[in-house]
Amino acid sequence: MQRHLISAADLSRDDAVLILDTAEEMARVADRPIKKLPTLRGRTVVNLFFEDSTRTRISFEAAEKRLSADVINFSAKGSSVSKGESLKDTAQTLEAMGVDAVVIRHGASGAPYRLATSGWIDAAVINAGDGTHQHPTQALLDAFTMRRRLVGRDAGLGQDLAGKRITIVGDVLHSRVARSNVDLLHTLGAEVTLVAPPTLLPVGVETWPCAVSYDLDSTLPKSDAVMMLRVQRERMNAAFFPTEREYSRRYGLDGERMAKMPEHAIVMHPGPMVRGMEITAEVADSGRCTVVEQVANGVSIRMAVLYLLLGGNEPAQTRTEEK
Amino acid sequence: MSKTLIRGAKVLGGEPQDVLIDGTVIEAVGSGLSAEGAEVVEAGGKVLLPGLVDLHTHLREPGREDSETVLTGTRAAASGGYTSVFAMANTFPVADTAGVVEQVWRLGQQYGYCDVQPIGAVTVGLEGAKLAELGAMHESAAGVTVFSDDGKCVHDAQIMRRALEYVKAFGGVIAQHAQEPRLTEGAEMNEGVVSAELGLGGWPAVAEESIIARDVLLAEHVGSRVHICHLSTAGSVEIVRWAKSRGIQVTAEVTPHHLLLTDELVRTYNPVYKVNPPLRTERDVMALREALADGTIDIVATDHAPHPHEDKDCEWAAAAMGMVGLETALSVVQETMVDTGLLDWAGVADRMSFAPARIGRAAGHGRPVSAGEPANLTLVDTAYRGPVDPAGFASRSRNTPYEGRELPGRVTHTWLRGKATLVDGKLT
Repeated sequence: MQRHLISAADLSRDDAVLILDTAEEMARVADRPIKKLPTLRGRTVVNLFFEDSTRTRISFEAAEKRLSADVINFSAKGSSVSKGESLKDTAQTLEAMGVDAVVIRHGASGAPYRLATSGWIDAAVINAGDGTHQHPTQALLDAFTMRRRLVGRDAGLGQDLAGKRITIVGDVLHSRVARSNVDLLHTLGAEVTLVAPPTLLPVGVETWPCAVSYDLDSTLPKSDAVMMLRVQRERMNAAFFPTEREYSRRYGLDGERMAKMPEHAIVMHPGPMVRGMEITAEVADSGRCTVVEQVANGVSIRMAVLYLLLGGNEPAQTRTEEK
Repeated sequence: MSKTLIRGAKVLGGEPQDVLIDGTVIEAVGSGLSAEGAEVVEAGGKVLLPGLVDLHTHLREPGREDSETVLTGTRAAASGGYTSVFAMANTFPVADTAGVVEQVWRLGQQYGYCDVQPIGAVTVGLEGAKLAELGAMHESAAGVTVFSDDGKCVHDAQIMRRALEYVKAFGGVIAQHAQEPRLTEGAEMNEGVVSAELGLGGWPAVAEESIIARDVLLAEHVGSRVHICHLSTAGSVEIVRWAKSRGIQVTAEVTPHHLLLTDELVRTYNPVYKVNPPLRTERDVMALREALADGTIDIVATDHAPHPHEDKDCEWAAAAMGMVGLETALSVVQETMVDTGLLDWAGVADRMSFAPARIGRAAGHGRPVSAGEPANLTLVDTAYRGPVDPAGFASRSRNTPYEGRELPGRVTHTWLRGKATLVDGKLT
């Protein structure tokens, strides 16, 4: 493993599979009456959140506490950041307090990369979502969910997602989840198709390791998993699509569309869902929708990442060692 | 005043000759000139160029003296071989009145490192709504002939048309920062393969090209001349080439960094590469070099944009746009144009001195190196090659994208009207 986790693209296949396998072990902890491991006792992790994100922050916090780490939560609101303190000074201040790892969520793409590479601090950096760039732990928990559902909890150990057909639908342009998933799923051998109106795909998407389609209906029968991305209503004011209703009609997932998916196929969503926009209540509440599982899996994945970056004894290969 | 004999210099890259400066003018150019009563500078095969002229410099004074002042900026200019710089109008207050442009002009005269020719704002406060008093700025002691809202585009077509027409009365020119504002909302880097991956807001080439296309047509319609600032895309080159073939009075500049660097560098998220217009692709870089060589692009201009350390030592989104360039421009041009065989030194003299002086009507600058001309001269050690060390910059700011990069060429001497401003690489 590398020292930081900044981008899903930095993970080799073996790194990724190791994280997924480790997460399965961590998941067993959650089944015990006492859901705690002593692994990170005495280590301090700060959750440095410059952007509001209750669910991701709580998920990391749960993971850190289950590994017995000391946890500091830092929210930019009401802190010195709102008084104009720079990212560099904030990070150095925290490190001076003896922080071993920084989990950072930031609205600016590349902020975690800067934190890890500018010589500002020595702590390990875990990207919890940066701008429209990356959200690697989300991609890992999605892959974990897919492997469990499509390969099997025990059968999946040591396995990747070779040959699985994954369709990602919605606002790819503004989505760090889509970018991370395309990178990681490709590394794990899956075949990814992005479906969106052309306005919500970035210029340059043609170079990504995936297929692109503007037509949801023709893609659904060829999907083992369909991931619906959140679409913010405000996007229609910037002419990305004409109206909410037109978006829902063309790219939303309802019961009728879901019926076109193969029997075994699952519906995923990184949350928060906008019911009635990209997904109907019928689909969101159906047994094929893994939204709640994804949340549970998120804790296991984040435990695995923290364990491997900070406390893991397992020998793991980095990309460079592989070559 | 004293005499200086520059002995054995390759004038514009030609055969070694002697150049005798007497007072403020070149007295003679030839071989075996007498050194009697003159201080001798042994050129030893270095290349002698006319003093360089930069049509696009940000000196930041008044208002942002923490990043640059007229003094530090003109010292940087002399270090880079410049004898005349055009100072952009986006200061605080904006250079949109005779008072501000006169102040900047006078500071340049007072310090004496490099002539400072202020550029006036086209519109009041660079707001694009109301024409500034262009005539008053022209008639001031500063004698402004170049007008620009640089940093912002004169995006209103009617305002642009009127400005182009109005300055014809006194031979002025509008220098356009071509950037369609609606197409570049939230833009942080070139829109393309790299921005898609990095999740940074895209600055599409079409936002530049559409404005250039509009403005050359406006210039044709009203019979005015228009100058395009920091042209950065292959498509822009094609539009300018077409316009020139139609006889439209358009001139264009390219920055050194757009001749060398590409958006691949943004993968580091290091804001030292954040600039407007953004670094483009390899294809654009090659088209710009070719256009500069064939004359489609008339000049190299630095867009020297100093910023304090804290404005670059941060995350990409929070960082200021711009790079310093005065002290590395000639080296980058040698690297990209001369050492590649695209341009000879006479060509460099044209693109970095003659042509910019002509476009900006800089009297006494961009003149031939011959007897009777003002002694504005630059001596370049073209055999030198070494890493760029920003610690040695005369500029108050250090935001260079070339730190540690090996580049050829080093300016050793600069003369402004016969007075040495740089001797053996040291400012006087």
